[in-house]
Amino acid sequence: MASTNGQEVPPPLQDIPTAKEKKYDRQLRLWGAAGQVALEESHILLLNSGAGVTGVETLKNLVLPGIGQFSILDSAIVTEADLGVNFFVEDASLGRFRAAETVRMLEELNPGVKGHAITETVDTFFDVGKGEVAPFQPYNLIIVAAPIEPTWLTHILHCAQALHIPVFYLHCVGYFSSFAVTLPPAFPIVDTHPDPTATTDLRLLKPWPALAQFAAEKTAMLNESESSMGEEDDATSKEREAAKARRAHDKAHIPYLCLLLHYLEQWKQSHDGNVPATYKEKTAFRNLVRAGDYNEENFDEACTAVLRALNPPTPPSSILDILSAPETHNLTPETPAFWLIANAINQFYTKHNQLPLPGSVPDMKAESSVYVQLQNIYKSKARDDSAEVLATVRELEKETNRPQHLAVDAKEVENFCKGAAHIHLVRGRAFQTAQSDASLRFGDGAKVLAMELSMPESLVGLHLAFLAWDRYIATHSTSAAPEVGGERLRVPGGATTSGADDDDEAYEADVAKVTSIAHTLLDHLITESGTGFLEDPEYSEARERVGKFVRELVRAGGGELHNVASVTGGLVAQEVIKVVTRQYVPVEGVCLFDGVQGRTQVLRV
Amino acid sequence: MAATLQPEGVARTLNGHPESEDSTTSPRWSHMNRLLSRQGAYTDPDEYEPGATPLNNISNSRILVIGAGGLGCEILKNLALSGFRHIDVIDMDTIDVSNLNRQFLFREKDVGSPKASVAANFVMKRCPGCTITPHVGKIQDKDEDFYMQFNVVICGLDSIEARRWINATLVSMVDMDNPDSLKPLIDGGTEGFKGQARVIFPTMTSCIECQLDMHAPRAAVPLCTLATIPRQPQHCIEWAHIIKWEEERKDIILDTDDPEHITWLYQTAIQRAKQFKIEGVTYSMTQGVVKNIIPAIASTNAIIAAACCNEAFKIVTSSAPFLGNPGQNNYMLYTGDSSVYTYTFEHQKKDDCPVCGNLPKGITLDPESTLGEFVESLAERPEAQLKKPNLRTEERSLYYSTPAGLEESTRPNLKRKVREILAEGEEFVVNDPSFPEVTLKYVVRYGT
Ligand SMILES: [Zn+2]
Repeated sequence: MASTNGQEVPPPLQDIPTAKEKKYDRQLRLWGAAGQVALEESHILLLNSGAGVTGVETLKNLVLPGIGQFSILDSAIVTEADLGVNFFVEDASLGRFRAAETVRMLEELNPGVKGHAITETVDTFFDVGKGEVAPFQPYNLIIVAAPIEPTWLTHILHCAQALHIPVFYLHCVGYFSSFAVTLPPAFPIVDTHPDPTATTDLRLLKPWPALAQFAAEKTAMLNESESSMGEEDDATSKEREAAKARRAHDKAHIPYLCLLLHYLEQWKQSHDGNVPATYKEKTAFRNLVRAGDYNEENFDEACTAVLRALNPPTPPSSILDILSAPETHNLTPETPAFWLIANAINQFYTKHNQLPLPGSVPDMKAESSVYVQLQNIYKSKARDDSAEVLATVRELEKETNRPQHLAVDAKEVENFCKGAAHIHLVRGRAFQTAQSDASLRFGDGAKVLAMELSMPESLVGLHLAFLAWDRYIATHSTSAAPEVGGERLRVPGGATTSGADDDDEAYEADVAKVTSIAHTLLDHLITESGTGFLEDPEYSEARERVGKFVRELVRAGGGELHNVASVTGGLVAQEVIKVVTRQYVPVEGVCLFDGVQGRTQVLRV
Repeated sequence: MAATLQPEGVARTLNGHPESEDSTTSPRWSHMNRLLSRQGAYTDPDEYEPGATPLNNISNSRILVIGAGGLGCEILKNLALSGFRHIDVIDMDTIDVSNLNRQFLFREKDVGSPKASVAANFVMKRCPGCTITPHVGKIQDKDEDFYMQFNVVICGLDSIEARRWINATLVSMVDMDNPDSLKPLIDGGTEGFKGQARVIFPTMTSCIECQLDMHAPRAAVPLCTLATIPRQPQHCIEWAHIIKWEEERKDIILDTDDPEHITWLYQTAIQRAKQFKIEGVTYSMTQGVVKNIIPAIASTNAIIAAACCNEAFKIVTSSAPFLGNPGQNNYMLYTGDSSVYTYTFEHQKKDDCPVCGNLPKGITLDPESTLGEFVESLAERPEAQLKKPNLRTEERSLYYSTPAGLEESTRPNLKRKVREILAEGEEFVVNDPSFPEVTLKYVVRYGT
């Protein structure tokens, strides 16, 4: 021990984690330093309303990992009912502004996070610059909790879209919840963190010269017959044994990528230069590889890889959509770097008929030095591809007269090239809002939604129930004298004007009203989908399912169950993190949680 | 048997003992009360009686929370805000700075204190009327009488061993003549953006042991790769961890929380990596590999913990169908890294489950292999995952890992071929002192 440590000066202590890295260790392993910076630069606005638990639970899950700032707009006063369902108020909070109390107690969770309470109503907050976007500008993401007056929701959505600010709209009522997401019209995610088992392009069907040559060298021994070795007259039997053992060792350590390339060459010679394409051919090819050795691990690895590694690397439609997007082809001096790189990648793709090489190599049985050589061959090719794309980017910058301060970062080009096959583009669009008139339209999502109607497990009925719930509020809210909070918004099944909660008659009347709205929406959906009608019994069953969702919703009278609020706060926070870090693939459309069945569903609407 | 053990019975047994504060009229619980005072769309009017019964069931039941970590903190908050008033929490760990990004009941000043007591005190202070009794220690140190006091057990653990132990214990406690002995077990687990929530009615539905193969251990890197042909930075770290530490510092017990120890492993791994021209060894990766760190975030914990508590709430109140009712779904798998996806299904109970089944499991052995090879394989076999197995047939001891005396006398069997020891069709059982209630029954089949 003394000898190894004594002779050499130990390497300097690099990357010993800082206090902050220690605290955030478990999350940095997911979104890394870049994701953390993005999180810390964010400012989230929550427009809270109603029972108001889900939004606060969402913020808890954002304050803990270190969101930069958050603001809560909420004019409600803390009541006894808040104490039983919201963890971020305490007995002493009674009678105080809920915004101020929840901000204070959320801030306690993380000294690095700044919170702001806005105790105005939505009306006065936005009235300042009604029709203008100014009140939105400090925020880079807005969360709106239902209930809210539909006109305000539309206004918020409209302004946020103009500013490309993502908006989340959430409901949490009894055992059910949902959140709808509107992202900017073009929202690309480069770092999607694909499943590590997802296939990476290894170019086995089209090896470049350096790779082909390396494979040929490493597999040369497979072309020599075993008997021709070590047969010199004067070789002793001991020497022969040793040579045989060496050969066995070498053979067992040929990287499987080289084995596949070797047998592909063999296959091509007997198949007019073609590679195995059909399932049948691949099976035959696998047998050819298998016959090379029946026991060794590297041959096992090669056989296992045949079916997935020998597919021509067709780029997924998501990246092809990006390459052909109008933004990629209509470049301006101020075009976001993403589209400039997409244009350059498109040129690369047109020229080479493949995407730039990602450059990573899976682990495989091999000698250390051979594996490192193989890795370097891939890395160096990936660097060449990336350099070619970068050169195109530089030309495009000149052609489009891009100003110097907008010069594209070489690192961004490299990341794009590395992840090209998995890049995801969200085309954000406004979620549906239920207005008091019957203007709700399902648009091009109608067909998919209508198909869901006949599926007993689908939560499309819950989506319709929430839309109906919103429309009930839209038609029952009074724009009379402003009161605090969302109280002037009348929620189905909630406290009646007489104050009698469990007024059975009023409750059943609300169930009937919302059910009727939901059934009308269901019929609209069927009509709009163009399918014309849904056959019975599917139609009656779909109506019945919608009716049950409505009844269970109205049962809660607008109240939140803490558990359901907490599940939903977790889901929303997770999606906010994906959106602000621009990592992982976010929900598109609406995400529903059914706490009765214990399941979720995402509907693209 | 089933009649008295219907899970609905759990709710019915909780009547009596009215609390001093009447939760049925308190405005504090108005959100919950309104829902519980109305018939649900999915409740059977003959089964569910809206009003006082579900509310009393909540305030009278006693819940045990196992684990006060990422899930445990959330679970305690959720239960307190679901009206539960009698909660116990057990955890042996103390608070570490890396817990603070999600374990929201802890602050910088709490680092080093026991999780169970800090968490209990925090929630009790915030939610007056709720009593949480902390237990700082191991679940294995509590006896049956302790577990018998609870109506529901909720687990938020990161260890498979502890889950298996409590599962086997609760299954063994079921007494067909005593409905109170049936304790619903709700279990949550997370890893990064993924997780699961499941409900078990011991002896009635698929148990954690039945589901063990869903959590198969990750295949270990072969020792020879570490020793001779490392290719990945992780191989260099494992080499420092498994081989080099033993060689050079075997007198010092490795403490993965000691920065000096991690630094030593990190530097040793870096030198190894340099020698083989392998890139990518970092301090953080060293920590990750050596401590087997699983990424953990607040949002996933919130989702899974609340999904578990939602099931507990439904079981206790009967106010909506719950997971785990025999013949219904009992398992929710959650994935959040690409959009949001859940898969909720019924995991089937296994007749050859070593805990809740009684049939032996057929096992195909190579007659020429040795007993030692089989014993070694038990650590990684998905249905076994036993590291200190004891094997015996009805008449003979085959091999005992412990105690030392028995180990010595049975050790020679390890070298023998299985065909010399076990006949085709013969039954043998495997136990492990770490899981006293787990008995794997195998029946031998010889492959051709
Ligand atoms: Zn079982």
